[in-house]
Amino acid sequence: MTNFWEHYRFLVLRRFTQISLMLLYIGGNYWGWNFVQGNLSASMLFGVVPLNDPYAALQMFAAGAVITTNLFVGALIVTIFYMLLGGRTFCSWVCPVNIITDAANYLRRKLHVNQVEKKQPASRNIRYWVLGLSLVLSYILGVTAFEFISPISITHRAIIFGVGLGWTAMLVIFLFDLFILKNGWCGHICPLGGFYGVIGKVGAVRVDHDEEKCTVCMKCKIVCPEPQVLFMVGKESLQVLDGECTNCGRCIEVCDDDALNFSIRKLAKEKRDENN
Amino acid sequence: MSNENPQIKKKREQTMVDERRKFILGTARAVGIVALGGLVWSAYVDEVTANKLILRPPGALKEDDFLATCIKCGMCVEACPFDTLKLANPGDNKPLGTPYFEPRDIPCYMCPDIPCVPVCPTGALDEALVTTDGKLDINLADMGVAVVDTKNCIAFWGIQCDACYRACPLMDQAIYLKYEKNERTGKHAFLKPIVDSDFCTGCGLCERACVTKKATITIVPREIVIGSLDDHYIKGWDKKDEKRLKNAKADITTTELSKESAMDSLNDMGGLLDD
Repeated sequence: MTNFWEHYRFLVLRRFTQISLMLLYIGGNYWGWNFVQGNLSASMLFGVVPLNDPYAALQMFAAGAVITTNLFVGALIVTIFYMLLGGRTFCSWVCPVNIITDAANYLRRKLHVNQVEKKQPASRNIRYWVLGLSLVLSYILGVTAFEFISPISITHRAIIFGVGLGWTAMLVIFLFDLFILKNGWCGHICPLGGFYGVIGKVGAVRVDHDEEKCTVCMKCKIVCPEPQVLFMVGKESLQVLDGECTNCGRCIEVCDDDALNFSIRKLAKEKRDENN
Repeated sequence: MSNENPQIKKKREQTMVDERRKFILGTARAVGIVALGGLVWSAYVDEVTANKLILRPPGALKEDDFLATCIKCGMCVEACPFDTLKLANPGDNKPLGTPYFEPRDIPCYMCPDIPCVPVCPTGALDEALVTTDGKLDINLADMGVAVVDTKNCIAFWGIQCDACYRACPLMDQAIYLKYEKNERTGKHAFLKPIVDSDFCTGCGLCERACVTKKATITIVPREIVIGSLDDHYIKGWDKKDEKRLKNAKADITTTELSKESAMDSLNDMGGLLDD
């Protein structure tokens, strides 16, 4: 049992936060719970604190909408929260689409799809192009361009307000990630992930790699949804400072050598310097 | 450099050409993919937002502004005590995620405290549009306007039905009954429901109440059915309406025929009276 906890503790905690957040939202809609109302695009915490998706707010700004104080404050709170936390913590701890793409990725490993499709034909920078394009299109069309196609919004609206044909969007993402592109949606295309990757560059909670303990088994790179951020594994003792790291902690769990751990930015380095 | 092996030199130049070609091709590819993606994306968004036949909650901004401002959070939906409002799901063929209602299913019951409007975080539902003298006033709501199908409405046949009239929360203002003699029978009266678009809020209680199989009174967004006079016609008998004259501009068009004064041609008989 302790072994299970060792190997899945962050995964369990992440599923717990993802599912309980969705439950709180569902309760907010159907049973009038006052904890959070709305959805991940905009919500009200305890009926007083506004929380708004800063990327949606940015699109609204580009579309020429009047930005209300509520919207601005809510977007600022969320931005500062994830900025301090660091990385794409939203993606792996809050976003419900993460459950779908993780499932696709798990199946991909189990079915050995990765061995058949070795080549990854797409760049992980597509998301930044999509991010830029969404703002340009919002400006040109005068509507929030990504919000009208976002499978993330479709998914959490489907969970909170009733599914309709929303399941088709979830299935599309699942099949895309399973058969077309490894980490296709979250790791290549999603502009919301790209957005959080940009603001998460300076955050505090970061994975730290200790090269001296590493046995170069590469389990971490196999399980990591953004393996490029682990470039230092087995080479150098460094913190994972790339904003694209989702802080999911899977690398920490699969490491049998205790060579990866969560740390606070910089503090880990100082500690190492003291030891040396 | 001059005594470089010609074969190496050739190879070096070849690599340079390849590098340049690679760069140009790469740039062209990036630009092409962005253009392709942008066009497909904007075509889709343009199509899905083109649905103007959609009824919005009270206090909604004009449709174009509404689409730019609504963040699709569903807080208005949660605030609605009658489950009137819904968010457009995929498959509803409505702008995705935006709130709307279908009055034949559940109309807007015009709550005096309008719970759906103040919760809006982005101002897509604007309190100012449903406020008079600092107080919320649901009668200012403009969700749409009722339109009667006078061919199939049984009241227009002469059958006595005043279901829509009685359902209307602004009875005798938004819908009134017009009495007319029924010439067919000679002894009965028509009680025809007439909508006054100055008062109708588009709540849809009439559409919900209509007894025909498919409602013969329907709520339609105001901008679809309400015409515009510009400043060409003014009610001369209405002091308020006459004020619009101020904005009126006279356009004088001169054609070949009208360049001379009419008075001149009237007196010119074109030699008809000459002997």
